[in-house]
Amino acid sequence: MPNYSLRINGQVHEVEVAEDTPVLWVLRDHIKLLGTKYGCGIGQCGACTIHLDGLAMRSCSVPISAVGSQKITTIEGLSEKGNHPVQQAWIEHDVPQCGYCQAGQIMNAAALLADTPSPSDKEIAARMNGNICRCGTYTRIQKAIKTAAEKMS
Amino acid sequence: MKVKTQHNRRSFLKVSAAAGGGLVLGFSWLAGCSPAESEIAEEVARQMPENWFDINGFLKIGDNGLVTIMSPNPEIGQNVKTSMPMIVAEELDVAWEDVIVEQAGLDTEIFTRQLAGGSQSIRFGWPGLRRAGAAARHLLVAATAEKWQVPLEELTTENGIITHAATGQTIGYGEIASAAAGIEVPEEIALKEPADFKIIGQGKKNVDGRKITTGEPLFGIDVQREGMLTAMIIHPPAFGMKLKTYDATTVSSMPGISKVFTINADKEGVEKQWSDTNAFPELIAIVGETTWQVMKAKKALQVEWEQDTPPESSPELQQALVALMETTPKEAARKDGDPTGAFAGAAQVVEATYTAPFLAHNTMEPMNFFAHVTADHAELEGPIQTPEFLRPTVAALVGLPEDKVSIMMTRMGGGFGRRLYGNFGVEAALISKEMNAPVKLLYTREDDMTQGTYRPDYRVTYRAALNEDNELIGFHVRGSGTDGSPVFANRFPAGAVDNYLAENLEKSSNISTGAWRAPRSNFIAGAEQAFLDEVAEAAGKDPIEFRLELFDRAIAKPVGEKNDYEADRYAGVLKLVKEKAGWGTERPGVHRGVAAYYCHNSYVAQVVDVVMENDRPKVDKVWCAVDCGIVVNPEGAINQIEGGIIDGIGHAMYSAITFENGKPQQSNFDKYRLIRHAEAPREIEVFFVENGIDPTGLGEPSLPPVIGALANALAKATGERLYHQPFEFNPQEVLG
Ligand code: FES
Ligand code: FES
Repeated sequence: MPNYSLRINGQVHEVEVAEDTPVLWVLRDHIKLLGTKYGCGIGQCGACTIHLDGLAMRSCSVPISAVGSQKITTIEGLSEKGNHPVQQAWIEHDVPQCGYCQAGQIMNAAALLADTPSPSDKEIAARMNGNICRCGTYTRIQKAIKTAAEKMS
Repeated sequence: MKVKTQHNRRSFLKVSAAAGGGLVLGFSWLAGCSPAESEIAEEVARQMPENWFDINGFLKIGDNGLVTIMSPNPEIGQNVKTSMPMIVAEELDVAWEDVIVEQAGLDTEIFTRQLAGGSQSIRFGWPGLRRAGAAARHLLVAATAEKWQVPLEELTTENGIITHAATGQTIGYGEIASAAAGIEVPEEIALKEPADFKIIGQGKKNVDGRKITTGEPLFGIDVQREGMLTAMIIHPPAFGMKLKTYDATTVSSMPGISKVFTINADKEGVEKQWSDTNAFPELIAIVGETTWQVMKAKKALQVEWEQDTPPESSPELQQALVALMETTPKEAARKDGDPTGAFAGAAQVVEATYTAPFLAHNTMEPMNFFAHVTADHAELEGPIQTPEFLRPTVAALVGLPEDKVSIMMTRMGGGFGRRLYGNFGVEAALISKEMNAPVKLLYTREDDMTQGTYRPDYRVTYRAALNEDNELIGFHVRGSGTDGSPVFANRFPAGAVDNYLAENLEKSSNISTGAWRAPRSNFIAGAEQAFLDEVAEAAGKDPIEFRLELFDRAIAKPVGEKNDYEADRYAGVLKLVKEKAGWGTERPGVHRGVAAYYCHNSYVAQVVDVVMENDRPKVDKVWCAVDCGIVVNPEGAINQIEGGIIDGIGHAMYSAITFENGKPQQSNFDKYRLIRHAEAPREIEVFFVENGIDPTGLGEPSLPPVIGALANALAKATGERLYHQPFEFNPQEVLG
């Protein structure tokens, strides 16, 4: 099995895995970073969203062989103290219900705000549409993203 | 108020040293802070106590005043892990900032009804949680009275501090906790008056909020153990099929694969409980090192299936319901007056038929469970709504006494009723037993969605008779569905109509069904409320006034005795939403529908505003009035209500499971459509009826009526009434 040297949350990790292994399972099973979640495995739900060089990606659909030297950021590495403005806004609006989708929602929202600092309602809806929340926290997510945008401006 | 304590008087005090002392963040405090404050909060992490005094199984008091409160019930996203400890903290009279919440495992000696179902956790938990907090407070106060040699009645408590006003002495709970050992729990205990509540009624943030937003491992899928193996199952691809044979040689040499074998949850002599329903008791198990390795082996495995019972397909399933509805049940579920006569003499008869498809639960976290079964003990941990029911089944199947089976509940990535049926926990135990190793079983999304336990398909026909004065003089409902009718014979409008007939018809199928968030109500409320809208229209009446007239009737002169609702509380939520939404004032481009329903002991009325966007209807706003008695945690309560509303709209609009030769045609989110961000209402506003009635649950009640309010608003927006869910595509067309 090939060996990969991965840059994850500012640290280098060596793993030996089959080249078609999705980044999601490398993170969860090999690095034991469990915040990134499995929801569908086919790029439909967004529960597994991470950042690859700052861009939101579905880690279930990216094979480890495609990562190369790109930097991986997971929910655990989004901020040092768990206080990224998006995380703060999520707490302030008490967004989570079951909480399972929220790591993916937060990672996608953080990527959105990084390139669109004050998104319109329509932009938020369009960009967040790939992240399913089965519990239905969408209205709170909408508000929390607005709050996070204000914090960041 | 005084209540019986019901606590036995066994010695309650256990001392446990906090492992290594250390620091703890007051999570609830941190979560409750504004962001600016939370920066500071991080600086003032609390010192962990050196000793914890275990007061009564519900709570521990640290020698520094920190309090750990156990959350007894499974947490599926309904937020009981915050709201149930709030009730204990209230009666204990501590500051919420000093509380740490811990999930309890299954412990039937200390806790009762450790179950998440029927929106009943708060309703049933309320008295016991209050007693536990109050009893602990009493012990601390009594110990203090003894220490200071003052009358107990002269002591007051606030925020974990006991005060003797006359002498000015004060002492913290942490300082007196060790002395509480000698105190007996009295037979009666005083509870607070609701007017004195300081925590209940205040919005408290989710106690796991910080852990969730930072990705800490909380869920069943996150459970880790030294030497743990990964397991997956393969179930038959269609209902009505069973395993014939498989060839393990193709995969046993694949990297990381340890073993391929079959397990069977059916065992001679083991009696099934209601929670053991399972269409596929015999399964193939594949065990290996990592998830991806096992997934690959699962795909590669050659399996032959054979027909066991006749396959069923969606068009025929629907036709079977149509045919069933032509039959007249032998007995009416309820009959008042002379329905036949009323319809014969009616000036106008309104009739409509409503249908809905099978639905999958689709919890965001797929089914999974950890098990480690050895010769003398079984340790289970995972997401389960019914740990009390899982234990006896596991014990019987692995051959251990029940007290050798321990179950720890994790936070769950959704429940919606699916995790009432613990087959995945049983399967994990059987696999671990075979492997003689710790194992985590994980379903793929496809396994999860095609495994059954679905919300049944339903069909219901309503008829209403109006007289010349447009009064409702007759009402007839006949309902049918797989494994049971959705009709509740004694619910509204029973009791408000002189001549009433309710009939139930049931069909069986080899497709397995189960409780799905607000069982039966999740369909019948929408159908009934859409039908009443049509009747009101035929009667030329405003839909709210029409309903209020019926409630007035049920209050003044109820028909029959078994009516399963309080008409005045029902009318109360309807009046509240009418006022808040400004019902009756036309706004250009806004199309409104209304509905009200009572289920799971709570009353809900809603107004849905639909607007047209690019020629398509979109829910703009939902106004929602709720009467659930005392609202324990308004913040969490509103979140639940919003979730139920979005869930209801989503499934009514978009979701269905259909079958071809027993095979579910949707196995992942590419085909099974769930509501997404852009389709959610722009705004939801919630209003509570304020009263001092003991609290009832909110996990389910906001879902059922919104489907009716939505249908009624869509009818206004498009000029067309919708009878068949999902509304966005007509299943008849798709299936035909
Ligand atoms: S798990 Fe990756 S998108 Fe669903
Ligand atoms: S909070 Fe449960 S899936 Fe989003």
